[in-house]
Amino acid sequence: MNPIRKQRLYALIAILIGSLLATWLVVSALSENMNLFYSPTEIKEANLDQGTLIRAGGMVKAGSIIKSKDSLDVSFTVTDYQNDLLIKYEGILPDLFAENAGVVVRGNLTPEGDFLAIEVLAKHDENYMPPEVAKLLDSKE
Amino acid sequence: MGSPPLFYNWSSKIIPWLGLLTLLVLLIGLYWGLFLAPMDYKQGDVYRIIYIHVPSAILGESIFIFMAICGFINVIWRAKISGMLLKAAAPIGMSFTLLVLVTGSVWGKPTWGTWWVWDARLTSTLILFFIYAALIGLHSTIEDKTKADRAVSILSIVGVAIIPVIKKSVDWWQTLHQPSTFTITSSPSMSPDMYIPLLVCLIGFYLFFAYMLTLNLRNVVIERESSKNWVKHVMDQESK
Repeated sequence: MNPIRKQRLYALIAILIGSLLATWLVVSALSENMNLFYSPTEIKEANLDQGTLIRAGGMVKAGSIIKSKDSLDVSFTVTDYQNDLLIKYEGILPDLFAENAGVVVRGNLTPEGDFLAIEVLAKHDENYMPPEVAKLLDSKE
Repeated sequence: MGSPPLFYNWSSKIIPWLGLLTLLVLLIGLYWGLFLAPMDYKQGDVYRIIYIHVPSAILGESIFIFMAICGFINVIWRAKISGMLLKAAAPIGMSFTLLVLVTGSVWGKPTWGTWWVWDARLTSTLILFFIYAALIGLHSTIEDKTKADRAVSILSIVGVAIIPVIKKSVDWWQTLHQPSTFTITSSPSMSPDMYIPLLVCLIGFYLFFAYMLTLNLRNVVIERESSKNWVKHVMDQESK
């Protein structure tokens, strides 16, 4: 490689390292702020104001979903397997909302320490399988 | 194949075959994925959008890496063809990135319950889309094409730092987007009768990229060399 090309190569490597470094700095500065939601444990530790609009997320606890018979009111418990958070919501739930499935809710804490949601989003996981396989796995458990 | 007239002649011969092969693989992959593959136990038929969404995502990112490599070659060796490749690849990469955002949005509405959410994966992909737009914009604002190529080369090398961020965003942060189904370290969390057609679709999408890139590159070559004799010669022959 002739000297001029070598010089260009060094310059490019410097640019690439600089850009990666800058991106890394941005990423580490954003760190927690880039999280879409708080887990129940984080909410408990953070001592948030009741009015603050936040997102909470976790797994829907099995057997915790209580639907009202004459309205769209629903309540359920979200857990991160350390702490629980009771969610109250009025509205239509997404199709993938289910027990033991991930969920992200937006809303605020109530004086009783519950969570009043204005939006419920289902978080689906990275597993894909045909219904028959899922049934087979279920029966094995 | 480095010299423009040689590339032009050689590509004329392979284009019909490449097009035919692309069409065939895409048809097999999409038919397999959309009609023959089993449906998902949780998402039902909606999950089938992965047969377009996932290959577009992979293409959108790998075209950017391809552009950065072309940029590298262009800056160090000043090879004319690498600059032309950059110009030809950018709109294809941008289109695939747009397709990821649109199909993801269409997928998000029935599964998550929203069209869009500002989580790390979605936001970083949107940034990639804007970087593509910046590359194309930058190239068209500089009159001297050699200088335009050089500027775009450097910007694509700077911009390539977004790729690992997109890739790792679902691991670094809590997102609404699910984590990767395919990882190097563990077996895929998808059954084979679902991911084999996905693999066929991915190959089809790569072939489509190769096909579109060749077509675009021919146009760029003709445009850049329009004052040369061989272009006049080719144009005379083609108009006959």
